Amino acid sequence: MNDVLDVALRLLAVFAAFLVLPLVVGQTEHKVMAHMQGRLGPMYAGGFHGWAQLVADGVKFAQKEDVVPAEADRRVFRLAPAVALLPYLLVLLAIPVGPDTVGQVVDAGVFFVLAVMGVGVLGSLMAGWASANKFSLLGGLRTAAQLLSYELPMLLAAASVAMAAGTVSLTGILDAFEWWWLPWQIVGAVVFFVAGLAELQRPPFDMPVADSEIIFGAYTEYTGMRFALFLLAEYAGIVVLCGLTTVLFLGGWHGPLGADGLGWLWTLLKTAVLAFVVIWLRVSYPRMREDQLQRLAWTVLVPLALAQIALTGVVKVVL
Amino acid sequence: MTPAAPQGFLSPTGVEVAFVLVGLATLGAALVSVTTRRLVHAALWLVVALGGVAVEYLLLTAEFIAWVQVLIYVGSVVVLLLFGLMLTKAPIGPSPDADSGNRWIALGVAGLAAATLGWVVLDAFRTAWIDLDGPVQGSTRVTGDMLFRHWVLPFEALSVLLLAALVGAIVLSRKDPRATGDTAAPGSRGADGTEDPEGTR
Repeated sequence: MNDVLDVALRLLAVFAAFLVLPLVVGQTEHKVMAHMQGRLGPMYAGGFHGWAQLVADGVKFAQKEDVVPAEADRRVFRLAPAVALLPYLLVLLAIPVGPDTVGQVVDAGVFFVLAVMGVGVLGSLMAGWASANKFSLLGGLRTAAQLLSYELPMLLAAASVAMAAGTVSLTGILDAFEWWWLPWQIVGAVVFFVAGLAELQRPPFDMPVADSEIIFGAYTEYTGMRFALFLLAEYAGIVVLCGLTTVLFLGGWHGPLGADGLGWLWTLLKTAVLAFVVIWLRVSYPRMREDQLQRLAWTVLVPLALAQIALTGVVKVVL
Repeated sequence: MTPAAPQGFLSPTGVEVAFVLVGLATLGAALVSVTTRRLVHAALWLVVALGGVAVEYLLLTAEFIAWVQVLIYVGSVVVLLLFGLMLTKAPIGPSPDADSGNRWIALGVAGLAAATLGWVVLDAFRTAWIDLDGPVQGSTRVTGDMLFRHWVLPFEALSVLLLAALVGAIVLSRKDPRATGDTAAPGSRGADGTEDPEGTR
């Protein structure tokens, strides 16, 4: 009985985090972008500095009509948002927050999270194809091309950490972490973070959804709740990417002070700082062109990731 | 694996029942994938079939192999397939010319291959059972130990084979040997296609 209760509580906690954290990131994005651009952002919903803006947005989305285009492939069209969103929930289950605070310890954790994150992109592809819309199709094409080229540097960077720790378990990597891993793995960290941004199609890698030229790409035909689910998937993706970068490269629950009991706070703090960087990049950089995207992946990120693996191997052998 | 088998052949424990059920679902998805007339549906049913195989690996305690299966096949190969399909004129509805004249020969070859593989596996592992005491057979550590202690030579041979395939892909995707100084994407025909200025590929 106790086991059942334990599992139920863990699942409930992960689900709550899955629902709350993306909204927090979204609201932060509203406010941070506004202040960086000399605006105030949402001020009215909920009273205090518009804290309930995204709740109001959710209510608005729920009231809208759920439209499926006449020519669309109905079943695939309806299924796509779920395929885009659910993988992030599964990934969140495996990310350790504190030494004992993890939804479920997975033996091959690094492989699990990267594999399941890759599945999420299928949702965009399904949406892009099933909408029967040329802009959606273009968006789907660009999504696929982007995923194919950025999956490799992301995997290589993660492999470098796994080599350093001698394990592919996320908790195992954190148990082996020392502070000097930070300078040692910094190149891998940057490669992982940039490739992850590209996989999430966040600016400056938002060519697949470029709203000003192909009208939000694969999501052009979506309305109401299904569109909201795609948006939620994007912000859940930010949470997952920042959490993973924290766990793999920034030492997760390790911090200069408060070693006992406050580890989860360090994880959340580092994740929040990274999420801020994601928002900051959106405000600062213009969108990259498709050929620039591909060139960055193949001529910069892949060689850098390989160099990082070589460095990791050399240091590992010397030590 | 231990040859001694205290259990009977296919004694219905929960895991075995689940294994058979998932196997049937996988088989069904695979059949739909080759018989459906909608090309993109075929690719999506392939996702179900490959995912089902990953679940079977999980049930056989081979966790590492299961995640690699998802990563490579569902995450990359199917994405590549969908990318390729999007570049064609695959319609939303059924494709009228989806059936090949070779399909009966293909069915024969597939049936023959399945029979051979099934017979070999059954003959080799009929009485072998996974030993759940001690380190789990399919865990990452055990798999790595096995791979790099006992199977290094096949592993390296496979690496050379893949390298040859990669070089071959680069050679094939070069359009003109004299005008490809700035080909930026080795091994990625997708990247090459998107750089094509006329978009004719």
